[in-house]
Amino acid sequence: MKLGLVIDLDTCVGCHACAVACKQWNTSGTTGPLTDYDPYGEQPSGVWFNRIRHYEVDEYPNNKTVNAPMSCMHCDDAACVTVCPTGASYKREEDGIVLVDQSKCMGCNLCAWACPYGARELDEDQGVMKKCTLCVDRIYDENLPKEERKPVCVMTCPTSARFFGDFDDPNSQVSTLVRERSGYSMMPEVGYNPVNKYLPPRQRPPAPTVEKKEGGSSASLIGKWMKRQKDAFNDLGKGAR
Amino acid sequence: MHPAISVIFFTVTAGAGYGLLFILAFANLANLSGSISPDQITSMGIVGLVLVTAGLISSTFHLANPKNAWRSFTRFKTSWLSREAVFAVLFYPVSIIWLAFEFFTGNSTTTAFFAVLMAVMALVILVCTAMIYASLKTIRQWHTPLTPVNYVLLGLLVGALILAVMFAQQGLDVGRLLGLASVILVVAALVKIVYYYWIGQPAGPSINTALGFTRATVKLLDVGHASDTFHTKEFGFQVARAKLIWLRFISIGLAFVLPIVLVTGLLGNVGLGTLVLAAISAYAGVFVERWLFFAEARHVVNLYHGARRT
Repeated sequence: MKLGLVIDLDTCVGCHACAVACKQWNTSGTTGPLTDYDPYGEQPSGVWFNRIRHYEVDEYPNNKTVNAPMSCMHCDDAACVTVCPTGASYKREEDGIVLVDQSKCMGCNLCAWACPYGARELDEDQGVMKKCTLCVDRIYDENLPKEERKPVCVMTCPTSARFFGDFDDPNSQVSTLVRERSGYSMMPEVGYNPVNKYLPPRQRPPAPTVEKKEGGSSASLIGKWMKRQKDAFNDLGKGAR
Repeated sequence: MHPAISVIFFTVTAGAGYGLLFILAFANLANLSGSISPDQITSMGIVGLVLVTAGLISSTFHLANPKNAWRSFTRFKTSWLSREAVFAVLFYPVSIIWLAFEFFTGNSTTTAFFAVLMAVMALVILVCTAMIYASLKTIRQWHTPLTPVNYVLLGLLVGALILAVMFAQQGLDVGRLLGLASVILVVAALVKIVYYYWIGQPAGPSINTALGFTRATVKLLDVGHASDTFHTKEFGFQVARAKLIWLRFISIGLAFVLPIVLVTGLLGNVGLGTLVLAAISAYAGVFVERWLFFAEARHVVNLYHGARRT
């Protein structure tokens, strides 16, 4: 098995609900707590497994806001595991989940230095490294109803932009999405072979704008505008699926 | 990268100690300074071990959870940090056996064997320390063969100059040792200058490859956190460009230019005072160099925080 996430950058609205749900679940999970520093003060800070950043891609009028949630990619060639001197950092044979054994970590930060995705954060209170567990304490929990045995970020996403599944199964939802929507890896040139994949925003024509009228009645102007809307609507999804 | 003083002190001081012990064994075997008495070798060797120990103790201050430090001997097969830890611990019995043979039996085949073994281990440890940094693909300023070359040369450089001070203080002939030190100074300076040119070339991942949008411009709208995070504190360290350039000049001046002027006798006779000044200058210069090694390293995580290139 090769478990991981697919994140749809087309539908993610950047609401941070996945990060909040992650924090809520995992702070009492197997590698909790996700310590907060100065939580009610001027500069609240703390440990998060999942962070969402917001970008603008391309120039006007083709510009688009892209929200990029990022957590551990559970890389196939995870350097955070090989650089770890204590053996605290490990990748599970059976499902490929990368975890930190909190009882072995000496807090040297080397794994965080080796990670290009900012997936690891030191808990300054406990002195150990923390990271996304892919909700290993949910996905195998037989006390949960079957449809809830997935990471809490996936459960909670209000736009269903997050998918969880087995990439080794070519017919799984995640494999199909990656195949059909050209799913890709972030920063592949570092060579870590991240398992998590991102679906690019669908190709859409720029949002139509009303041009300056060259005479003509207002009725025909509206007619022209309606036609442009209709053409733009028909062009939706061209180039994508 | 955040320049942690404990790590800088560790790499510079322990590096100088390993360099000193290597050069001491070499000077004795190659007969660089006539016959050095067993007492002198042992006492100078102990100074080297004190430097190494001070550095290693400092390195543990960098750990957030030092009670698990003993576990760092367990991943020798994959981790350079583990290799460094294992060799650093094995180094003690080897170097102490060598010094004991020097002290009790003087020059013999066994002494020479342990001298060579100790010297090789000293170099191996310097390479292991450097490879911790050089093996990280996420930091292009470190991920270069120049990193281990630089660590080895600078360890030998400071070690040779500290050894020269002790030779002069013991009344031993320092002429050939200073010749060796001058060669190391010139080569180390060249490697460092090549390094500065090399990291000046834009290369590696960009904000476009980081996010996978390689056919359009990408800019950060919002970083998503309101105050400092582990990543901004650890990787977001930035120094003004003008200050960096000045520090480079200061480091090259103190580490290479002043020592070479002093040890080649361009400023008059080379006495004990001159050598002390050269050693202090080189140590300070290498300390600034190591600070820059961290301060100038730009981790790829910064791309997700809006940096366009590393």
